[in-house]
Amino acid sequence: MLDQLDNFPILKKVLESLETNFKDSILDKTFEKNELSVLIKKEDLIGVLTYLKTEQGFNALNDMIGIDNLPYAAEGKKRFSVYYQLYRFQDFQRIRIKVDTEENEGIDSIVSLYKSSDWAEREIYDMFGITFSSHPDLRRIYTPDNFEGYPLRKDFPMEGKK
Amino acid sequence: MGFKELELNMGPQHPSTHGVLHLKVAVDNELVLRVEPNVGYLHRGMEKLWENRTYNQVLPFTDRLDYLAAISNNLGYVLAVEKLMGLEVPKRAQYIRVILTELQRVASHIAWVGFMANDIGAASVLLYAFEEREDILEIFEEYIGARLTINAMRIGGVPHELSDNVIERIKKCLVEIPKKLKDIERLLNGNRIWKHRTVGIGKITAEDAVQFGLTGPCLRATGIKWDIRKNIPYCSYEDFEFDVPLSTNSDVYDRYLLRMEEMRQSLRIIKQGIELPREGEIQAKVPKILKIPAGEVFHSIEAPKGELGFYIKSNGTEKPERVKMKSPSFINMQSLETMSKQDLFADLVAILGSLDIVLGEIDK
Repeated sequence: MLDQLDNFPILKKVLESLETNFKDSILDKTFEKNELSVLIKKEDLIGVLTYLKTEQGFNALNDMIGIDNLPYAAEGKKRFSVYYQLYRFQDFQRIRIKVDTEENEGIDSIVSLYKSSDWAEREIYDMFGITFSSHPDLRRIYTPDNFEGYPLRKDFPMEGKK
Repeated sequence: MGFKELELNMGPQHPSTHGVLHLKVAVDNELVLRVEPNVGYLHRGMEKLWENRTYNQVLPFTDRLDYLAAISNNLGYVLAVEKLMGLEVPKRAQYIRVILTELQRVASHIAWVGFMANDIGAASVLLYAFEEREDILEIFEEYIGARLTINAMRIGGVPHELSDNVIERIKKCLVEIPKKLKDIERLLNGNRIWKHRTVGIGKITAEDAVQFGLTGPCLRATGIKWDIRKNIPYCSYEDFEFDVPLSTNSDVYDRYLLRMEEMRQSLRIIKQGIELPREGEIQAKVPKILKIPAGEVFHSIEAPKGELGFYIKSNGTEKPERVKMKSPSFINMQSLETMSKQDLFADLVAILGSLDIVLGEIDK
């Protein structure tokens, strides 16, 4: 569906600049339902986001989304994905940056870049057990501190654990 | 002097936390040093539940998120599902949706003014505000039979055309509400006590507001023009004429003025809406058992509290694989500490109120 991107010159330009600057970090890119998603290497997360924020003007983090890829384990997908949805206020553009991670690996925290990621990262930690290194205060946010397990993982039963 | 820093607990059971919310506050005499909101008392695991329900079954759950603005939640969800399906919704259904959501915005804002004034101590405003809110809830009751958890949208359209009775009631509201708004403004705008409690309180800079991801009236009170209805139009909002009120002081008083003006703009949209001819399809063809091809989508709307978004990932079955809700209250709540630092402890209630939070939405 990437050819549809031709009708969206602004997003296309963003993608092109990402490709020139971070040629080796981009693993995959999709354009679906007018939304641009770019899968990048986990190590380059801070670099890419810093570039998008300072050079490209994506000034706001809209939301962070955690995904459990357990149903796709056979296809060799890493266990979790974390999506970062960014906004550029000046021309109302949205872009989604994706990172994949394994169960016991951490992801770099982006609190220093976008303050709104503080609670979002805590929520993902609470729900999926993904750790964010250098997060100032990584605690559970919804469930009690003595809660066992991570509710939104696919292997967590809906009825809860006995 | 030299008092030590004191830690106070506000809540979880506190009348002005609008639900069950616990604030840990560190104060130096009367000044707030730190605030740490502790949420999750109302966590019902909505997102987990949704993964185990069909697309249609998810819809009534969305009523229970922001229970002061159920229709906005419904709209956010159905629009995301429709975008995922690539479904074209009939124009008339879109207009009915706009009318209903704008009514809901007025109901939510007017309830907010009442709660806010009540929190600060002006109890009479609450009574006036709730009288008008009741009129709007009666419109919903006439339309679909429920007042609060309305479930007034369907995937692909709306359940009913607006009946003559509904139109009559809306017309009555269009006359009555502006009068009430004027009454409320007469009670509050020049009121010295009200101004003492709100002007210059809970300030946040535009830069911080963007950093914290603030949306909705709280962001617009810092002077940033960000309204999804205008910027990324959905549901044919581009066919309606309305302005986006802005202000620059970014204090509690400005947020109040802004919401009052937003209500007037909503009434303007509703007025244009009910003049449109009541004809045409109101429901697109949708299969009884809804299976959506694998894909992912994000769609956001301008809810009364801010930007409400739904991310949905489908895997070709009748149940979504993942639904993530971006709730405006959750995001806005984070900035409470920045807003209330170095303000008086007693004003914390006013600042918290001005954010317009609903715990059902924060805790999911």
